[in-house]
Amino acid sequence: MYDVLIIGGGVIGCAIARELTKYKLDVVLLEKEEDVSCGASKANSGIVHAGYDAEPNTKKAIFNVLGSRMYPDLARELGVPYKNIGSLVLGDRNGLVTLKELLARGEKNGVKGLEILDRKKLLEIEPNISDEVEYGLYAPTAAVVSPYQMTVALAEQAAVNGAKIELECQISKIEKNKSGYSVFTNKGQFDAKVLINAAGYGADKISEMCNGPKIDYVFTRGDYFVLDTVERKKYNHTCFPLPNEKGKGCLVSPSADGNVIVGPTAINVKLGDDTATQAEGLNYVKQDTARIIKNVNFRNVIRVFSGVRAVAGNDFIIRQDDNLITVAGICSPGLSSAPAIAKHVAEELVTKAGLKLVKKENFIPRYIPPVTREMSKKEWEKLIAVNPAYSKIVCRCEKVTEGEILDALNSPLKPKSLDAVKRRVRAGMGRCQGGFCTSRIMEIINRECGVPFTKITKKGKGSEIVVCEIKEETK
Amino acid sequence: MNYDVVVIGGGPAGMAAAVSAKENGANVLIIERDNKLGGILNQCIHNGFGLHYFKTELTGPEYADRFVQKVNELKIDVMLNAFVIDITANKKLTVISAEKGLLEIQSKAVILAMGCRERTAGAIAIPGDRPAGVWTAGLAQRLSNIEGYMVGRKVVILGSGDIGLIMARRMTFEGAKVQMVCEILPYSSGLKRNIVQCLDDFNIPLYFSTTIAEIKGKQRVEGVVVAQVDEKMRPIESTKRYVECDTVLLSVGLIPENDLVRDIGMEFHPKTNGAVVNDFRQTSVDGIFSCGNVLHVHDLVDNVSNESILAGECAARYIKGELPKGETVNVIPGKGIGYALPQKIVKGSGEVKIFYRVDNVYKKPKVVVKCGEKTLYEKRGMIMAPGEMENVVLNKSDITSDISVSLEVDEK
Repeated sequence: MYDVLIIGGGVIGCAIARELTKYKLDVVLLEKEEDVSCGASKANSGIVHAGYDAEPNTKKAIFNVLGSRMYPDLARELGVPYKNIGSLVLGDRNGLVTLKELLARGEKNGVKGLEILDRKKLLEIEPNISDEVEYGLYAPTAAVVSPYQMTVALAEQAAVNGAKIELECQISKIEKNKSGYSVFTNKGQFDAKVLINAAGYGADKISEMCNGPKIDYVFTRGDYFVLDTVERKKYNHTCFPLPNEKGKGCLVSPSADGNVIVGPTAINVKLGDDTATQAEGLNYVKQDTARIIKNVNFRNVIRVFSGVRAVAGNDFIIRQDDNLITVAGICSPGLSSAPAIAKHVAEELVTKAGLKLVKKENFIPRYIPPVTREMSKKEWEKLIAVNPAYSKIVCRCEKVTEGEILDALNSPLKPKSLDAVKRRVRAGMGRCQGGFCTSRIMEIINRECGVPFTKITKKGKGSEIVVCEIKEETK
Repeated sequence: MNYDVVVIGGGPAGMAAAVSAKENGANVLIIERDNKLGGILNQCIHNGFGLHYFKTELTGPEYADRFVQKVNELKIDVMLNAFVIDITANKKLTVISAEKGLLEIQSKAVILAMGCRERTAGAIAIPGDRPAGVWTAGLAQRLSNIEGYMVGRKVVILGSGDIGLIMARRMTFEGAKVQMVCEILPYSSGLKRNIVQCLDDFNIPLYFSTTIAEIKGKQRVEGVVVAQVDEKMRPIESTKRYVECDTVLLSVGLIPENDLVRDIGMEFHPKTNGAVVNDFRQTSVDGIFSCGNVLHVHDLVDNVSNESILAGECAARYIKGELPKGETVNVIPGKGIGYALPQKIVKGSGEVKIFYRVDNVYKKPKVVVKCGEKTLYEKRGMIMAPGEMENVVLNKSDITSDISVSLEVDEK
């Protein structure tokens, strides 16, 4: 019998799991995919918003501002790429009214340092703004973070502190009984006193299964472009257009990993996992960004992707009903709010659900693996002296060494697919998109983990890279 | 560590350049990131290499091996599993080697021979899902020819570049069904002989002005939506049709791998994506030379070898101070010409070979090279297409000012 069972290995579920492992509790997290961070947590803008968007006193406003203040320490502690680059909302000469509203709202929400800048000032700090831009709202506390590395790091620290993380775990039935909940899955039965539904786009179905609150989702797909790292130097801040009824509009921003991200759209779709990009969406992004930034170089696109936000009304759903806790509809600013939501769920709601929180004496830190591309030559040399695998480049675009891939393969939450390796160490995330390193990483996985080539997948079962040996089927 | 000439890349270009620099008296080092020399030739197990250079038909590994032997005979220093992470305009290189760790190497001249990479599905932003089974043709070639695995059973190929054509045949040999090759342009960028030998001989259809409008399948490719395109390359709705497949191979262009030298003040050419060079294959950075596919994408390895031998010889002459430094003139691509290379010629004597590609398919065009009002060369060709690199040899003594290469066309 577990104390707490969390459904969903997104940034919310993993942050809650980590928070709970600070206490003497038995925690299990169930995730249906082969890795954590496979839904909206991997496919979003990667922005830690300052917190001026949401209406005052909403959960979105409160947790966003609190979360954004927690990020610098948390990212450092977890060793996750986080850069406090600040954001700009850019408007034309008619935009000043809206910007003033945003500023006032932000100040009400407790955002520090907001300032409206004129074109002259804007050009000094962001030289590539469009000709029509006249005013901008500057938010110095906004930042960018690697959302998947954050989620993986949260899960890893939860795991080393005793949380059980069960991947590729599909739930077929949930029963409420007098001691708590029984959750039936392809990996067996899990019993727990408290159930936390953090199932992202699937939270509506999970809630139905456990007779929880009714969740009415609207799914909104966002299409994005990722630009080559060579474009990074053109931009200094996360640049937004003026928000409209559809959301925050298409941003142009450096990513925490050193690329430039452009998007998203906001297109309603039927399913929470309908992440297929569409030509109309991609074209819209190209047009819409012209409002704020001129001549975005779409010739240097290295990747397109889309993510789906599960929206449940105007605000997040964060509630506790008896021993069921529901954390759903965590669309934007969900990533920004995650640390604060997790703290709230652990410290307030889990207690209310009937568990006693007793702090462990020792909360084990996450082991932060070395990242050679960020090292000085001296540091790198030292590392090579310990293990020469750090001198063998495997991914040439992102300069990832074999040592780093081995670290990932031996980490607390062992990656089971090439995409999972990619999210951890960036191998395959560069301009050649794995053209060079895919087969080389397969060789390493084959050698180190004994997985046959034919069983190595891109992203879990059914996504095998190769189908059989040559001549195997033609003999 | 000091060398006269450091060659970055141990593929066909790097090996030929190194051999030639060594034969011309230089102390040479080849830096290769893989665990053996040969580059992409090692995975090109089909034949058709060497007809021009060796006057015999070889497979890729056989062609590479001839140069590997020369490298060994000449006792050229080779650093394998080594990766150049930085280079300065003063030709100081920072290298990470699996055997030797971090190294600094000072060279008098550098020859860039890093080859090219394939354009990806991400770069051309194909709409749809991002399942397993969408591979560049070169990756599929490596997985099948080096690792020994089939990447799929039912294949649609996007792009008619040579590697795609070769892989259509290769996959067919191994029992896969290649449904079709879609080419967004109205003509192929591949060699005519590959279209005949790899597609026609196996009844694989090649559709021009056709693209993949969408990829279907969440975990694994399940099919693609194929469509004809309009004059702006947009898919035409009424022509869309679904084609079932489990694999999409891409052969949609090669990009010279110049990322290492982006920030050292080198001048690049927007059409070739390679350095701007003079007829010695010297770039705008003094003492840095460029050859092979990192300079411009070739159709035939034989041409790569020839170009690299020239670059190697010139690098050796450069360090001896023997490379002429006279006034340069420009080679200007005129009407009907995609690009011409070298882009600059140092005035002097002897012969110079200008390579060029036309920018469309032309029937019986007249190729004209002019220097001012003076015509240096004039010849009517048969059918000319962008997929075939052409050349013209000129006397340098005739070149007194900028020259232009252009086509005079009666019919397209």
